[in-house]
Order: sequence, then structure tokens, then C-alpha cells
Amino acid sequence: MFSIEVNHILKTYGKHAAVNDVSFDVNQGEIFGLIGPNGAGKTTTIRMMMDIIKPDSGDIKIMGEKLNDNSKNKIGYLPEERGLYKKMTVMDTIIYFASLKGVDAPLARQRGEELLKRADLLPHQNKRIEELSRGMSQIIQVIITVIHEPDLIILDEPFSGLDPVNTQLLKDLIRDLKNKGKTIIMSTHLMNDIEELCDRLLMINKGRAVLYGSLAEVKSNYRNNTVLVEAVGELGDIEGVTAQTPHNGGVELKLDAKTTPQMLLERLVKKGIVINRFELSTPSLTEIFIKVVGDEHE
Amino acid sequence: MNKTLLLIKHEFLGTVRRKAFIILTIAFPLIALLGILAGQVLPGMIKTTTTTEKVGFVDQVGIFTQNITENNIHLIPYSTEEAAKTALEQKDVTEYFIIPSDYISTGVIHIYTLTSEIAPGGTVQSAISDFLLNNLLKGNSEAVITRAKNPLNITSTTLTSGGTPASNQGGFSAFILPYIFSILLLLAIFTSSGYLLQGLGEEKENRVMEILLSSISPRQLLAGKVLGLGAAGLLQIIVWLISANFLLRMASASWGNVLGSLQITPEFLLLGIVYFILGYLLMAILMAGVGSISPTAREGQQMSVIFIMPVIIPFYFLPLILENSDSIAVRILTFIPLTAPITVMVRSGLSVIPVWELLISIGILILSVWGCFVLTTKLFRTYLLMYGKRPDLREIVRSFRAS
Repeated sequence: MFSIEVNHILKTYGKHAAVNDVSFDVNQGEIFGLIGPNGAGKTTTIRMMMDIIKPDSGDIKIMGEKLNDNSKNKIGYLPEERGLYKKMTVMDTIIYFASLKGVDAPLARQRGEELLKRADLLPHQNKRIEELSRGMSQIIQVIITVIHEPDLIILDEPFSGLDPVNTQLLKDLIRDLKNKGKTIIMSTHLMNDIEELCDRLLMINKGRAVLYGSLAEVKSNYRNNTVLVEAVGELGDIEGVTAQTPHNGGVELKLDAKTTPQMLLERLVKKGIVINRFELSTPSLTEIFIKVVGDEHE
Repeated sequence: MNKTLLLIKHEFLGTVRRKAFIILTIAFPLIALLGILAGQVLPGMIKTTTTTEKVGFVDQVGIFTQNITENNIHLIPYSTEEAAKTALEQKDVTEYFIIPSDYISTGVIHIYTLTSEIAPGGTVQSAISDFLLNNLLKGNSEAVITRAKNPLNITSTTLTSGGTPASNQGGFSAFILPYIFSILLLLAIFTSSGYLLQGLGEEKENRVMEILLSSISPRQLLAGKVLGLGAAGLLQIIVWLISANFLLRMASASWGNVLGSLQITPEFLLLGIVYFILGYLLMAILMAGVGSISPTAREGQQMSVIFIMPVIIPFYFLPLILENSDSIAVRILTFIPLTAPITVMVRSGLSVIPVWELLISIGILILSVWGCFVLTTKLFRTYLLMYGKRPDLREIVRSFRAS
């Protein structure tokens, strides 16, 4: 079963289409990345999934049905625009938001203490939110997002504003949640977060889906037929190689259309070259992102 | 627990724990209590002359022979003005007065004192007055003289067209209570709907809104906020009513002649509560609508004036309502939802409002509350998450149609 099915959603503001005919599915138990430049329509898509704004057309199913009170309790949502009541204490905040998700106070307190302890914030539980640093209060927001142990967790730009320590804490938490079988959707404009964490991804640009699939698929589709080789001595001229560029102590070889990496390897071995490293160079998501977005611009 | 109930509880507790709310709720009974205590303590503090005061007089008419000593004022006759003046200079008397020969036709009395004063002291004046009357009415019976001093004790009864006494007798005391109460009503409506506006603004500024909306629907959010703060406002009104009842009983001891006849009738209480609830609901929902389209709490407060003005309008029409509480203009004010609560409160003190008028007024109010609720829910959905920009009128109308 899909955790989320999004079918041809469209949302326009005036004449501007914020989200234009976007469709995707999210499998249960995976980490799904929603990427794209600022203003691409990520947050609008997520808000439509949360039924906070209604799409002009198209439909969204969450866990097989339209979003309702019951399924809302099974979702944890960390919005991009986020904040807390400044005057409330940490623990009261956790208990109040947990209660809105149907968790009673004693259980919320118990889970809250565990999560606070894990984030080293337990000593702050009786402080007011306004007394915390921005990073701390963002961790509290994450705790609120998962306090009701939701099956589906949606994180909109979760790492923005976090220091490296808290970023690592959050990444560990996300991996933990995945290991517990939870489905996680996260949006970001930072490609290395996606490469590090996500199983599948959807890239949107200017409201349209431009890339969709598993991380490996996307990368292989954008493979540029280059190989990274570290060898002892000079390589010299090799048949089928159109360009050689030094790269990280090795050489990046660009192959022509007829040559496969396998053929290159055979030729290098035949020439008697001692190879320390032979690697298909796949482009990073960043490179793909720049390429796709750049193409769109042209 | 139902999510709307949770919100109601959260908003209610959040409000009644506010310092400003507690202060305002206690302030009124406290101020009234101070007033009453002042009424009991002050008369004792005002110096009453226990020593006998001597006042001289010169009778140039020749009929004021009956000397009296009243309220510690001793009147001493002098045959000439010079003798009286000498007595004043030697401080035998504190003041003296002359009854000139043409007094009977003019009524003029000259009073001479050493200390300048705005008006002759009350006790002295009434002693002189009594002295003059006693002498003028010499020969009449004691009862006639007493009546002549106080000839008019009015009791008035308003009759219905059938000739039987009307149930609402009107008058100052019947009017003052609804008047005070309508001010309190206004205050309660404004404070709680003001908190709503402020709360929404803060939630927008704090960016809590989207987290809330991921758990609850805009409709639940609106209902929870309006009802939670309304419950706090109702609590405030109830505290005021209970303390008013208690204070009135205390007050009748010291301010008896003014407030003695004041009482809160069950009909008035019922009207007060019905109009508080409906008036508050309408105001709160309108404020929520304003809050949803204004980017900050401060801007929301500025915009809210549009709705606050009509609510106070009946106070500007007060002379009209007082003069003719059944006129067409006053009826129209009774039917307009925003002006109805205060108009009905003030009118109820003056005359009996026909039941059909009340029914229409309440009916219109209920319909407008419902209509505004539906429209505001739509506004909520569209604008709660728009930070930093305010939609223009055309966009708002479009969003009503769209959703």
C-alpha cells in the first residue's frame, strides 16, 4: 500500500501556478525527499497534503483515504513556518500539542521526558519557550512532531537553522524512525541531506515535477559516461576517451558514445597500466539539480 | 477528548490566568466596594458642628419675634445693624443677617460674615429658613407648618393603556442599572473578543498556526477559540453580576435613597445573558475574521475599529433612546445585529420592549452569527497562513466564492 498518493494536483494563485499537475506516490517505510529550489512549490504541495490548503484540482490520498480527523492523528507535521507559544513551558507545550493529536497527558509527559532526555534538553523542561535558543526550540518542535508516534512524518526543511550537533541529532532520529517502519517525507533544498538519507525523491521546479524516482535511478539516468581512474604513471592516449581531466589525485575520463566503462577497463588492463582505483563517476544530486534547473531556465 | 473541547479548555484557561483579565474582573466590584465604603465612612468624617453657633439678626419688618435654636444654631436678635456689626467684630456671633423692611415683597435677606464663603453653610441656611417660615406661618398648626416646609413627595406610576400599573415603572433607578450593565457588557465583549484578535495575531506571528492546523480543522480552531474566550467573558460577567447583587445590598445602607430601589429582575438578567452571548459571538467571529486577514496583532487591532464603532453607536443615540424609546430609529437600532445588544440593554430599563421586537432582534443576531461563522471559516482557510501581506477586498470576496 502507498502511504501517500498524489494525483495531478494543481494550485494557482491568480495567474501563477504554484503547483502544476504534480503526481507522486510515497511507499510505506521509506524516506521520500521533496527537493527543489526556493519557491518551487514544495511547501504548497505539503500544505495540500495536510489539507491546510485545498488544491484547485486533483486529489490526494493519505493511507488510502482522504485526510480526516483520524488520519490527522497518525501524521506528524513539522511546517517550514514554525513556532511555539512563547510563554508556555516546554513540557506544557509538548503535552498540549500531544493532546491535540489524541495523546493523554501522562503518556505525553512520559514520552516527552524520554525524547527531551535524548536531546539533552530534559533540564529545560520547565523553562518557557522564549528562554530557549532557536535551535533548542526547533528540537522541541521536532519532539512535538513525533510525540504521538505517527506512522507518517512530514518534515518541511527540517535542518534549516540547526547547528551541526543538532543536525546530527535530527538525522539520527530520522534514521531511527525509518528503522521503526515509519514513512518519512522531507523537503529540502540541500541536496546532500537527500543523498544521505532518502530512498526516493521528487524534484520540483516552478511548480512542475522534473525528476521522480529512486536515488539510484535518478543518478543513473543522469550518468554522464565518465570514469574516475587512479593509476600509477601516465595513462597516455586511450581509444574511446574524448577528454582527460585531473580530479582528486586521479583522472576523470570522458568516454565517447560507443565506449562503455567495461570496454575502457579492458583496454587499460591490456595496456598494462597499474590501476589503484576505477570508479564510475555518477553526478551528485547537486550537479543534477543544477543541470535540471539550468535546463529549465534556458 | 474532542479536539474542539480541548481548544476551548486551552483558550479558557489561558485567558483566565492572564493578569490583565484577573485585574479587570476584580477591578469593578472593588471600585464599587470602595465607593460604598466611602459612602459609609465619609459622612462620619465630614465635620458636623456640635458646638452651638451664634448667629445675629436684625428684624426691620417687625414680625420675626419667635427666636429659635435649631440644629445648634442660636439666633440672637439685635435692634440695630450697628449693634449686630459690633457683635460680629467682637466675635459674639459668627455672622448676622438683616431682614429688610421690604422682605415680604422681595424675599431678600442680607447675610454678613467675616470669612468669605461660596455660599452660606447648609445648616445655617436651613436654620434661617426654618426661622423665617415659623414666623411667617405663625398661627397655623404644627402639621401645616411641617407640610409647608416639605410640600412635595412624588410617587409616580406608569399605567398601561388598559389602566393597570405597568410592570416596568421606568425612572432613574430603573434606567441606571441597565445603563451600567450595558457598559459592562460592552467591556466584557470587547475584552474577550480583543483577546481573540490578539491571540490570533500572536499565533500568526509565532508561526504556531500551521502546527495547529495540522491537528485540527479551521472550523474547529475558530469554534474552539470563540467558545473558549466566550466562556471566560461569561465568567467575568457572572462575577460582576453576583458581586453587583451583593454590593447593591450593601449599598442600600449608605446610598439608600438613590440605589435602594435598584434590583436585578430575572427578565433583565435573562436578556443580559442572551445579548452578551449573541453579541459576544458575533463580535468574536468578526474579530477572528479580521485577525485572519491581518498580518500582525497590531494591524488587526487597527482594523477591528470598523466593527467596534457600530457597537458603541447606541451610546451616541442615548438622548434619542431616552426621549422616545419606541421610535422607529430606536427600533432599527434594535434590529441591527451590532447595535442590538447595547440598545436592548438601555431600552429594557426605560420601557417594556415588545416580545416580537425581541424575537426579531435575537433572530437576526443568530442568523448573522451563523453567517459570519461560515464566512470566517473560509477566510481562515485562505488567509491564516499568509504572512506579511493583507488581501484586498476583491481577493476576500473571491475567497468567499471559491471555497
